[in-house]
Parts: sequence; structure tokens; C-alpha cells
Amino acid sequence: MPQYLLSVHSGAGEVREPMSDEQMQQSYQQVMALQAEMKSAGAWVFGGRLTEPDTATVVRMAGGEVLTTDGPFVESKEHLGGFYIVAAEDLDAALAWASKTTAIIGAPIEVRPFWDEPGA
Amino acid sequence: MRDADADAALKVDEAAVGRIFHEESGRSVATLIRIFGDIDVAEDAVQEAFALALRKWPGDGLPPNPGGWITTTSRNCAIDRLRRESRGRELLSELAVLRPGNDDPVLGEVGRVQDDRLRLIFTCCHPALSTDAQVALTLRLLGGLATDEVARAFLVAEATMAQRLVRAKRKIKAARIPYRVPQDHELPQRLHPVLKVIYLVYNAGADSPAGGQNAGDDLRGEAIRLARLLASLMADEPEVAGLLALLLLTESRRRARFAADDSLVLLRDQDRRNWDQAMIAEGQAIVRACLRHNQPGPYQGGHQCRARRRRLARGDRLAADRRALRPAPDRRADPSRRAEPSHRR
Repeated sequence: MPQYLLSVHSGAGEVREPMSDEQMQQSYQQVMALQAEMKSAGAWVFGGRLTEPDTATVVRMAGGEVLTTDGPFVESKEHLGGFYIVAAEDLDAALAWASKTTAIIGAPIEVRPFWDEPGA
Repeated sequence: MRDADADAALKVDEAAVGRIFHEESGRSVATLIRIFGDIDVAEDAVQEAFALALRKWPGDGLPPNPGGWITTTSRNCAIDRLRRESRGRELLSELAVLRPGNDDPVLGEVGRVQDDRLRLIFTCCHPALSTDAQVALTLRLLGGLATDEVARAFLVAEATMAQRLVRAKRKIKAARIPYRVPQDHELPQRLHPVLKVIYLVYNAGADSPAGGQNAGDDLRGEAIRLARLLASLMADEPEVAGLLALLLLTESRRRARFAADDSLVLLRDQDRRNWDQAMIAEGQAIVRACLRHNQPGPYQGGHQCRARRRRLARGDRLAADRRALRPAPDRRADPSRRAEPSHRR
């Protein structure tokens, strides 16, 4: 089954209305319910929320040696807030999962196919 | 004097094969995409079949069903070609594996008559593709236009258009944009870009001056052909019928719209004897059917249309129908930037 990356795009330092404990709890439960739905539908491969981009570390080759530096690698307003990898029959099926996700999270989601079916 | 047989054979010249290509290639390409699951394989094979036809038909005469001949021949060409390539042999063996379980049991349940061209137009106009790409793919695959013809229609360089088509086809393949008619609950969202693409194709041909064969005539004709096809395949969608009526009523005044020096003649000054009465009759019949459906949408302009028609004397009804149906102001600008009809649902 083809796999798709659903990446959640968040704006850095975006000032949002702070959520009340109750709202946070509700949002968390919705996300959990969606993940359970993905799993029972056989679409779930992996997914999760990432910490802030300033917690990132970058390693790269420099002069034949591995150089480790403070991240993030790309400085931009937008960053990857989290992602899902889903198995879906075709783009429409992947878009259906992405639509459900963005309805809960409120952030835009980019849907991108993996290069090839692994192990196919 | 020639005998009748020789005359018939003589008529199958290059131009005749060209006309048949225009009429039939979309159907053959659509069917081959379903069989082989690959747009490039389908396009190449249909080209090859027409090249064969160009050599055979002028001598042998037309086969009884030229479209069927093209589809069968191109399928055989594709199989031959795929057998010669190792990747192709893989594809063929996959097809053999997939075929038994892949016989559309799901699609059969939708309850609509399925036509491969209907699948194809929904793939070409998938919202995951840019509007530019949707228009280009539709003209190329369903209209059978060559890349340079599509490029000329939209005033871009041929290389740019070729690139646009390649990228769009790559995305369809890599992202697996499905090859099927959307289900009923998806239709409102998915039908909209299809209608918009047909409308854009018409408008791309609407600005060229009257008289003489030119690319504009071809584009408007192609748009009407696609609208007709869609209307015949989705008979119960009033918006599809509305688009067809809109195009017919617009086109009916085409000959009266330009003066001898190619300047524009406004509606009130037009010589109505130059209006195409057959198109008007067809368009108005569709409008009346739409009114009975009573599901107004942007391409039908139903409410306005009905209100005006009641108030007006018969002679002015056409103009009212035309205005009411026209979804957007007539913008004489870059066709790719044309405003699309606003959604008034």
C-alpha cells in the first residue's frame, strides 16, 4: 500500500489564544480518537507531535568529518510541528485523513507521497 | 469520372484521419489509461495507432468502427511495446495479477453509467493539480490537442507547456491521483473544477475575431464538445446542463458579435438573423429543464433567469437567458486569469 507523509505546518512563535485545560483536554481526546480510527482502518504507520524547532540539532559532513551544530537546519517562520505517515490506497484516501486531521488541529497539512512502496 | 468506391477511399485523406483523431482519441486514451494505468503508455500507443491508420486507411478505406479500431489497435501496440521493455513486462505481469480483483465492483455500486472519459476528466481536473495543469491535461488527453496547440491557445512557449504537462503527469503518477468518478458525496467539490476548466477553454477561444478557421474556433468547439460529453454522461447534474446551455447561448450569437472590421457589436445592435437558431433552441430547452430541476448554481443562474423570463416578451428572452446564465463578466484578458463563476449556492 502506498504511503503518504501528512506534515503539520505550524507558524513559529504564533500568538494563539492560550487554550484552557478543558480545551486542551478536548483537543487531545480528538487527536487520540483520530489516531485510533487510523489504526483500526489499517492506515496508521507512524506519527507524532514534535517539540519546538529550537530543540533541534544538526549533523553534517564538513571536510570529511561529522560536524554537530545547534539547529534548526532551516530558519523559517513555518516549521514542521508534527507528522503522520499513513498507508492509503490513493491520494483521495490520504486527503481524507488529512482533512480530518486539519479539522481538529487547525493548522495546514501538506500531503506528500513517499517515493515508492517500501518492500513492494 | 471516378467510380463511387474510389471516391470513398479518396475521402480518407490526412484531414479525415485528423478529424477522427480529434473525435476519437480522447475515448481511446481514456480506455487505455484504465487498462494500463499509465498515461504515457496510453498516449504513445494511441499516437502509434493513428500513425498506422494514416498509412492504412487511405488505401483500405475506413473500418466500420474507426474509434473501436483505434482502441483495439492501440491496445495491441501498447502490449507489443511493453513486451519489448523489461519495465513493461513487469507492468504487464502486475496487470495480470490485478485484473481479476480489479473489476470495479465498487464503481458498479455507484449507480452511474461509467465511461472512461468521465474518469479521465475527473483525474485531469483533480483539485490537487493547479488550474493551469488541469486545463492543459484536459485539452491534451481528452481533446487530443498537440502540445504546441495547447501552448498557442494559452500564449505560452511550447517548452513551458511541455514541462507543465510532464510535471502534471508525474504528479498524477507519484501521488496516485485516482482514476475514477468521485462518489456522490464528493461530487459538489469535485465537479466544480471540471466545469471551470471547460469554461476556461471556451473563454480562451472567445476573444479571437470571427471569420476564418482559427485556434479560437477550435477551442470553443472543444469546450462545447466537452460540455456536451459531460452532460450526456451526467444527465442528472443541473450544473452540467447549465454550463452547456451557457456555452450554446453564448456561441449562438457568435457570428453577429463581430463587424466586418472585427470590432465588437453590442447585443442591441446585433443582426439577429445571424444568430444560430438551432443552438438557441437547444440552449433554451436546457434552460427550461434546469428551471424544472430548481437547483440553481453558478452556471445556471437559475433564480435570475426565471424571474427575468417571466417579465420579458419572447424576443428578449434569449438576451435575458444569456445574461442570467453568464456567470462572470466578460473579461478580455489573459485567459488563465479569467475570473471563474462565483459560487452562489
